[in-house]
Amino acid sequence: MIAEPALERRTRTRQFVRIDSGYRWATRASAVFVLLVLGGVILSLVEGALPALGTYGFDFLTSQRWNPVTEKFGAAAPIYGTIVTSFIAMAIALPIGIGIAVFLTEVCPPVARRTIGTAIELLAGIPSIIYGIWGLFTLAPFLQEHVQPSIIDAAEGIAILETLFAGPPYGIGMLTAALILSVMVLPFIASISRDVFETVPPMLKESAYGIGCTTWEVVRHVVLPYTKIGVIGGAMLGLGRALGETMAVTFVIGNAHKIHGSLLAPGTTISATIANEFTEAVGDLYTSSLIALGLILFAITFLVLAAARLMLARLERREGK
Amino acid sequence: MTLYARRRLRNSLSLGLSVGAALFGLLWLAMILVSLVVEGVGGLTLKVFAEATPPPGAQGGLLNAIIGSLIMTSLAVVIGTPIGIFAGTYLAEYGRDDRLSTVVRFVNDVLLSAPSIVVGLFVYEAVVVRAGHFSALAGALALAIIVVPVVLRTTEDMLRLVPNALREAGASLGAPRYVVIRQVIYPAAKAGLMTGVLLAIARISGETAPLLFTALNNQFMSYNLNAPMASLPATIFQFALSPYQDWQRLAWAGALLITLAVLALSIVARLIGGGKPGK
Repeated sequence: MIAEPALERRTRTRQFVRIDSGYRWATRASAVFVLLVLGGVILSLVEGALPALGTYGFDFLTSQRWNPVTEKFGAAAPIYGTIVTSFIAMAIALPIGIGIAVFLTEVCPPVARRTIGTAIELLAGIPSIIYGIWGLFTLAPFLQEHVQPSIIDAAEGIAILETLFAGPPYGIGMLTAALILSVMVLPFIASISRDVFETVPPMLKESAYGIGCTTWEVVRHVVLPYTKIGVIGGAMLGLGRALGETMAVTFVIGNAHKIHGSLLAPGTTISATIANEFTEAVGDLYTSSLIALGLILFAITFLVLAAARLMLARLERREGK
Repeated sequence: MTLYARRRLRNSLSLGLSVGAALFGLLWLAMILVSLVVEGVGGLTLKVFAEATPPPGAQGGLLNAIIGSLIMTSLAVVIGTPIGIFAGTYLAEYGRDDRLSTVVRFVNDVLLSAPSIVVGLFVYEAVVVRAGHFSALAGALALAIIVVPVVLRTTEDMLRLVPNALREAGASLGAPRYVVIRQVIYPAAKAGLMTGVLLAIARISGETAPLLFTALNNQFMSYNLNAPMASLPATIFQFALSPYQDWQRLAWAGALLITLAVLALSIVARLIGGGKPGK
């Protein structure tokens, strides 16, 4: 009589343990799936890129030939375009992004803080193809008519600037792509900077105010040094985005496989080349060269993003989270 | 000028610049939204929702693209969400700080911002080449791979916000771990989990790059998962770069549709999540 409920309890416990370990394994398998995706991406890119890398070897990285007819491919122009557009974008977006973060944490009245912060973050939510179509039909013609001619005129006769901003004003080109990219990464930099600014202990800031510092001096000498790693991490996260951004750039870069001294000239980036040419690529070498471009892009962004994440993680550890 | 005056001047100057920076950001948002509405509203007729994409010079709408986007997005969410939620559960509940969780957390963060065109290349190599043809299924898979990191990240963050006292209360009643997770933790974090899914939908509904060489595009109405399928972003890409006026007008209409949908989704996600996920 007493044995039976005990037995029943034992079988139920055993059943619980079984289901629980099943559940545990299901969640574990899903976690491992993430690693498999990364492994799959690397493997398939390497596999797809091998024919091109085997044919051209190291030349693939340094040559700027891109001739589908003779099947001569080199990645120098897209790599150059990717790096140049991203760095110009960062040069524009970093100071402005930090400025927005300063505004949100120090200047903005608390009532409007959330609304303005959300509005800035919505910029990150707009799909990149929207930036593309807007850049092509609205921004590029505007730049072509009103901005680029005066830049070209102003730069004329000044040694380096003359080559950097040599005409004619196409509207589209490297500089336009960089400008759009800067708007796209702006919200990332702004929102991460704001988040790390908010981690500065109020006591530190109050001590500085206590000895008579102005708001700017507090930002410059307390907040920024304290959050340096976080801001750099956020900036690199933005850089990772800019390097891999595809559609917005594809619309406005002009897709020219040529390294041009002028920033106003059309160029191309790795992602724009793939997006433009992949479905039209005929022949194994052509396809393989495009996949090799993808592999290079993945390697670059992976390094940048990994460095960014490590920096942000270090900051979190210091906070003792 | 005294030192004090100089410091005050520098202070107002730099704070003024920060106001300028914020205005600069808001200005872009305003400019993009205004020109989307101006250019898009004119093309946004009933036909857009009633007819398939036209050949150049003819009348038509975007119905096949809208349906295709809906099909592939839902499929991607159906595939990606359970994996993301399960993996997030492992990281927050079972694994916490074991080595697997640490590695997965890091890799997931990297995948979260990895270029989406690379995901497209991966699915092309892994699925399209093997199957021998482009398909809506491949497109949905590519989108699902983008869904997983988003959902995983929010799930972990949200589950970690659930106080330990709830877990302990469940355990003290003798409930096994999975019962605690499913009947205590998930309900407590429900709003947060929904936020993750909504953010993921917002993210993929505008994705173009991973669809270009997986689902390709389709001028006609198609429900076949094994064949190329149209999607709004891919159609916008094709139509916007075409020289035909009607196509460009449809592209603007589509762009307006996507933006409205994405912005609505992210605002709703914020409202029910009560703030930014990850905090």
